[in-house]
Formats: sequence, C-alpha cells, structure tokens
Amino acid sequence: MLALDLLIQGLVQGSIYALIALGLTLVYGLLRILHVAHAALFTLGGYLGVLVTNATGSFLLAILVAMVTVGVTGMAVYRFAYRPLLGRSPLVALIASIGLFIASEELFRIVFGAYGLSYVDPPLQQRVQLFGDISLSVARIMVVVLAVVLLTVLGWLSVATRTGVAWRASVSDPPIAQAFGIDIERVRYLNFFVGSALAGAAGVMVALLNNLVEPTMGAVPSYKALAIIVLGGLGSVRGTLVAALSLGIIEAFGTIYIGNYLDRDAIAFAFLIVVLMIRPHGLLARG
Amino acid sequence: MIYEMVVVTNMAIAILFALSLNVITGFCGQVSLGHAAFLGIGAYTSTLLTKSGLPLTAALVPAALMAGTVGFFVGLAALRVRHDFLAITTMGVGFLFVGIVRKQDALGGEIGIAGIPAPDFGRPGLLVLSIVCAVAFGAFTVMLKRSWAGFAFNAIADDEDTARLLGIDVPKFKLWAFVIGTAGAGLAGALYAHQIRYIGPDSFGFVESITVLAMVIVGGIGSIWGVVVAAALLSALPQWFQFVENYKLLLYGLLLFTTMRFAPGGLASIVDRFKNRSARGS
Repeated sequence: MLALDLLIQGLVQGSIYALIALGLTLVYGLLRILHVAHAALFTLGGYLGVLVTNATGSFLLAILVAMVTVGVTGMAVYRFAYRPLLGRSPLVALIASIGLFIASEELFRIVFGAYGLSYVDPPLQQRVQLFGDISLSVARIMVVVLAVVLLTVLGWLSVATRTGVAWRASVSDPPIAQAFGIDIERVRYLNFFVGSALAGAAGVMVALLNNLVEPTMGAVPSYKALAIIVLGGLGSVRGTLVAALSLGIIEAFGTIYIGNYLDRDAIAFAFLIVVLMIRPHGLLARG
Repeated sequence: MIYEMVVVTNMAIAILFALSLNVITGFCGQVSLGHAAFLGIGAYTSTLLTKSGLPLTAALVPAALMAGTVGFFVGLAALRVRHDFLAITTMGVGFLFVGIVRKQDALGGEIGIAGIPAPDFGRPGLLVLSIVCAVAFGAFTVMLKRSWAGFAFNAIADDEDTARLLGIDVPKFKLWAFVIGTAGAGLAGALYAHQIRYIGPDSFGFVESITVLAMVIVGGIGSIWGVVVAAALLSALPQWFQFVENYKLLLYGLLLFTTMRFAPGGLASIVDRFKNRSARGS
C-alpha cells in the first residue's frame, strides 16, 4: 500500500510542478531566458488567491482574478524587464531576473508580513475515499484535474488553432516565422500572459494545499521549475509534463528509500544529472 | 579596527571566489550555477585538516586540490551538455553537494561544524593571507588571459564550433577552465571557513552560487578588474545597507535588476562608455 500512497503523493506534487513549469516552458521556448522571476509570479498568484477568497468568499473568483492579474503582470515583466535585454547574453537576463525575484520576495514580506497569510475558511477540504484506506482531500484531486485540463487545452490549442501554429513556428524558427507574417511580438506577449496565468493558478492551488502563503513560497519553484523544463528538453510542452510527473514521483519514492543519504532536492538533481548525461538534450528531445 | 579587518578580509575572499568563477564563466563562457559547492569543498576539506591539528597554511593546497579534482569530474560531465543544460547541470551539482553534506554526520550534517580553530597568526595574519591569495590568483588570471590558453578560452566562449574548426582542443581547455576555477574556489573556501569559523550546508547553497555569478556578470563578463570591483562592492553592500535593515535585500535585488537593465555589459561597459566619450571630447 505504501507504494501506491507514494505514487499518488508523487502525482499530486508532479501536477503542481507541471503547472508551474509549463508557463516557464512557454517563456523559455520563445525567448531562451531562464526566467527565475516566474516563481515570483507564482507567489503573487498565491497571495491574490488568499486575499480574494477571504474578501469575497468565492474561491472560483479568486482563481480567475489571480490568473488574469498575474498574466497581465507577466506581460509587464516582459515589456519592462526582458524586451530591452533580448539582444544580450542570456546571462544578463538571468541575473536581472534573479534581482527581480529577490526584490519581489522582499516586497511580499514588507507588504504582507514575514509570517504569511492563510485562508480564513479553506475551501475544498472534504476528503474523498479512494481504493482501500487511501483518502485524498478534494483540493489535492483538484490540483491533478486542473493540471490535466489546462495542459490538455494548451496542447490542443497549440495544434488546432492558428495562434497555436504561430506559437510553435515562432519557437522552432523565429526569423522564418516572421517571414511568414507572424507577429512575433504578439506571440511573446500572449506567451507571457498564458504562462504567467498558469503560474498564478498554481500559486492559488499550492496556497490551498498548505493553507498558507508566505514570501518565500517561490524559493523552491524558482530553481525546481528550471530543472524540470531542462529535464523535459527545453521548450517542449510534452517533455515538461513527463519531466514534472516523473520528478514528483521520484522525489516521493526517493525521500523514503534513499532519504538517509540525500535530501529531496539532491535526489531530484541527481536524477536530472543522470538523465542529462545519457540524454544531453533532455528526456524528450528531438533529434 | 577588528570590524574593518573583518570587512576587508571578507572582501578579499569574495574577490578570490569571484575571480575563480570568472575563469570558467568569464573567460571560457561556461555558465556555472553551482560554484558555491567548490567553495564548500575547500571549506570542509581545510576544516577537517585543521581540526586534526594541521596549520591553515598547510591546509590551503589540499583544499584547492580537492576542489580542483571534483571540478575536473564535474568538468568531464559538463562536456556532455551545453548552454542552459550546462547551467542547470551545474546547479544540480550545487544541490547535490548540499544534499550530501546535510546527511553526512562526519561533516556535521544539518548542524554544520562549529569551533573551527583560529589560525595561529590571528586576524591581521588572515587578512594578509587572504589578500595575498586574492592578488596571486588575480595575477595568475591576468597571465592566463594573455596566454595562448586565454585566446583559446576566448574563442570557445565566442563560438565553440568555430573554435573546434580552428583546431582548438575544446574539451581540453574547458576542463582546464573548470579545474583552475574550482581550485581557486577551494582556496577561497579554506580562507572563508577560518574567517567565519563555522560552516554548515546552508553556507554553500544556491543563493551563494547566484551571488558569486552576479558578481561576475555585474562586473562585466570576462573583465578582471570589473569583477574585482563588483565582488568588493557586492560583498560589502549588505553591511552598508545595515541602516535600512528591513529593506536591505529589496535594495540588493533592485540594484541587480537595474544594473543589468540599464548597463547590461556590467561595470566594465560603463567605464568604457565614459572613456569613449572623453576620447571623443578631446
């Protein structure tokens, strides 16, 4: 039974990773920037989720507000932080991004306090009995469902709509895509909106699972999400999904079986290094 | 005086540490997001040695050797991956180091190692030793940059494939960059451990790796004196911001961001700009 329990834990954690990392993949695919500040947008989503739920009592409204606000903030980050640095070494954008991330973590702490906020009346806490004696809260199931739904929609949009085709074209070869009349600028803004909105949704869900938002909640996602998109082969939506779920599961099993020798992060990165040594371009790299 | 001595010693160690990363990232163009691990390897190696009775001066070389040896193997692994894959692989090495140390009782585990013996030559001696090490390593990198190896590093940083076409043995030079850079970090780690006299897994984490990378980029990638100035400034910054304790990190973050946003070439490019302007004026 332990194995099944761990598998479920891993899948829930993996779904959260997927939601956070997917937005990052969208940004990375187009700009080739390691966007650390993505985790700050995730934190912003968490705060908005708690604040709006506590103010209005509607969790659904909170998710929507968080997704839209965070999405727009993401577009602003692109406009004012990354766009002026596009021709530069990606390292410059990376350090700018880290600076932005540190500053926003501090801003959350100064504005909302170091101890964080909680839901006054946390929604979706009913427990559902699964097979045997394993039960899960609705919130956990929601995380998995939300991840699956959002990812499926995104996957479908990228193959079935003109915007999706434009997006994939811009990822694989920007100059050629431009020559075909695709407005790359528009695609970039759209990507930042969608990617950031997904991070916002993830923030709301994580805040719900822990019933806590705190200034440092983005610390782990800031680097773990980067590891996931690299593991998935950078810029590949399907790869990101596979990487996020496998990392979630490996961490769940690893902390039980080899937790005496390595901590959670080290297990994740040991896996990452082994995979990259065998497949230097990630799990699902083309060619 | 003690306060000033501590600040300047820290500065010298930070400069040495940043210069060591500058060989890998600045000269050879290989990003490392896990350089603090090698500071840690040097710190732990030297601590184990001095705790068993060796003087610090005798522990410096083993610390550098140990870090350089691990750096060699990380360099070998780094040959397999490029660009952002390399950045994340080295980040992984950093997390792996911290994760292993945390679980090793022999290395103090989670709690770390306290009561590291003070060097028998005291604070002023450690200050002098740190400055000597930083200056020596700095001079060595100046020589390195002007040598044939420096040219090869530069070519690899510019365009690896072209460098290979020119007949440059790319793997060999990359490995050298890693060995020299990580050995320098190991040396810095030995000094660091005996300056603070406490080390723990959190002293060598992701934040420290980012901080040192920030010094290299803010200084201006590859520019030796730019990196020296940036390392000196950024290492002392938290102390200067003491008067705004609550906003210290906020300012630090904003400073990193605005420097990159408005001077993407780092300090070196700002000075170049002034030079060009005055040259045109005259």
